[in-house]
Amino acid sequence: MALAGRLRGEPGVREAAVLMGTPANQAILAAAGLAAPETADARPGDLIIAVQAESEAAAEAALHAAGAMLEERSRAASVLRRPRTLEAALGDRPDANLAMISVPGDYAALEARTALRRGLHVFLFSDNVPLHEEVELKRLAAAQRLLCMGPDCGTAYLGGVGLGFANVVPRGRVGCVAASGTGLQAVVTRLAALGEGVSHGIGVGGRDLTAEVGGTMTRLALGALARDARTEAIVVISKPPSAGVLPALEATIGSAGKPIVVCCLGASARPGAPGTWVSTLDDAADAVVALLHKRPWAPRAFSDPGSVQARVAALRPVRGTVLGLYTGGTLAHEARLILEPLLGDGPRILDLGADEFTVGRPHPMLDPDARAVRVSEAARDGDVGVLLLDLVLGRGAHPDPAAALAGAVRDARQTAQRGGRSLLAVASVVGTEADPQRLSGQVDQLRAAGVEILPSNAEAARFAALAVRPDLASSLLRAR
Amino acid sequence: MTLDDGLDQPLRVINVGLELFAEQVEGQAATVLHVDWRPPAGGADIASLLAQLEDEA
Repeated sequence: MALAGRLRGEPGVREAAVLMGTPANQAILAAAGLAAPETADARPGDLIIAVQAESEAAAEAALHAAGAMLEERSRAASVLRRPRTLEAALGDRPDANLAMISVPGDYAALEARTALRRGLHVFLFSDNVPLHEEVELKRLAAAQRLLCMGPDCGTAYLGGVGLGFANVVPRGRVGCVAASGTGLQAVVTRLAALGEGVSHGIGVGGRDLTAEVGGTMTRLALGALARDARTEAIVVISKPPSAGVLPALEATIGSAGKPIVVCCLGASARPGAPGTWVSTLDDAADAVVALLHKRPWAPRAFSDPGSVQARVAALRPVRGTVLGLYTGGTLAHEARLILEPLLGDGPRILDLGADEFTVGRPHPMLDPDARAVRVSEAARDGDVGVLLLDLVLGRGAHPDPAAALAGAVRDARQTAQRGGRSLLAVASVVGTEADPQRLSGQVDQLRAAGVEILPSNAEAARFAALAVRPDLASSLLRAR
Repeated sequence: MTLDDGLDQPLRVINVGLELFAEQVEGQAATVLHVDWRPPAGGADIASLLAQLEDEA
């Protein structure tokens, strides 16, 4: 071992040996005169570091140096050595406590099962994991009191570390349990804008609250956040829970002992249900901040109705309906829920990250050109008067998604104008100043292309509705 | 580390799949070991059967 050679170079060291405690090595050690009572106790899996030095102090110093050299090797190994399997990696890092898995869905359950059996929490980014596998993985995880975040978990925060597509947000006192990655991103970035931070954000995958999966991970995560000293209030983000899952979920919420905001997009609270139920992602963040500050809170259509009124009044008349071109599936879903009661079935809201649009090509959060093509098509579609857009920043997302979108919007608006129409673009941006893309820089690029920017997706959707139907102002610009 | 140890433990991550995720974690307060993963020979079904055999052994 090269380590022995380096130890021989330490001050006062006459001889050194570094070897595993196998019987053969014990014999070598004895022959070299380096055996000691302590080395005899070493087992084959142990590493023996034996040093012969001029003085006790020199020997101690050399052993200390050996420890530092081993640390350094283990750090270098993390960059250079590449185990080929999870099992091999666990051999190198027996103290690992989390496996991040993003292999194709066919193999993902196998890797996740291995990790759970070895006592690791799992962040399972992979999608296309069969439902029955998800049920089994989560049962296995729950039985060992481990997290199985996913399948199809895009974002999580654990111990201050962002996993997957995560915005750079401060640590703080709000814990989140989220069945939606972009939903979690929207809430934590809004919290950051309001001066609050995240304790932990536990992803559970989009199907956790279905009847089949039964909310296993949502309840486990809620329990963990309820016991977590750093967490003072909790936000739950999901689609509507299955009817059969709701009673157990409500019971967990009721017994958490901390304020809980529930945002199940498309569901409202049953009479007497515990927790503060809200209907949009921005309301979830606003409500939990109000709870933390013990302030009264009521939902509002716009955070700054006066400015919205002025901006709507300055718009050119819009003909045509709303076309939503989304990269975030949950944001698209939220926009549909807001627009339907306002505009009926006129708007078309597309989730460009859905399987039908991503066959054989990257997700639009990674490849903004996919959406740019759709924006150009809309410029020639006489039925479209308003483009409703999202932009999701953070680690993992495209380094400059606004550039492609701004260029496409600018061209589309010019094309429409040449055709005697006006095309309005309305957007919200999920991000923070600390994100690699920097929120303000992205917003500035979009504004320069004439995009109306609203502080949240819900407000952007309502703004789009106002552009199409100015008569809605009387209801939308009053408090909801 | 199970949930009984609390959520605030330092993360020691093994990353299986997209290397991008390992790089992101590395830049934060966590250690990460990236697995140079390849699909097992014979595909997922064979790998699954082999894993089952190992369990039963």
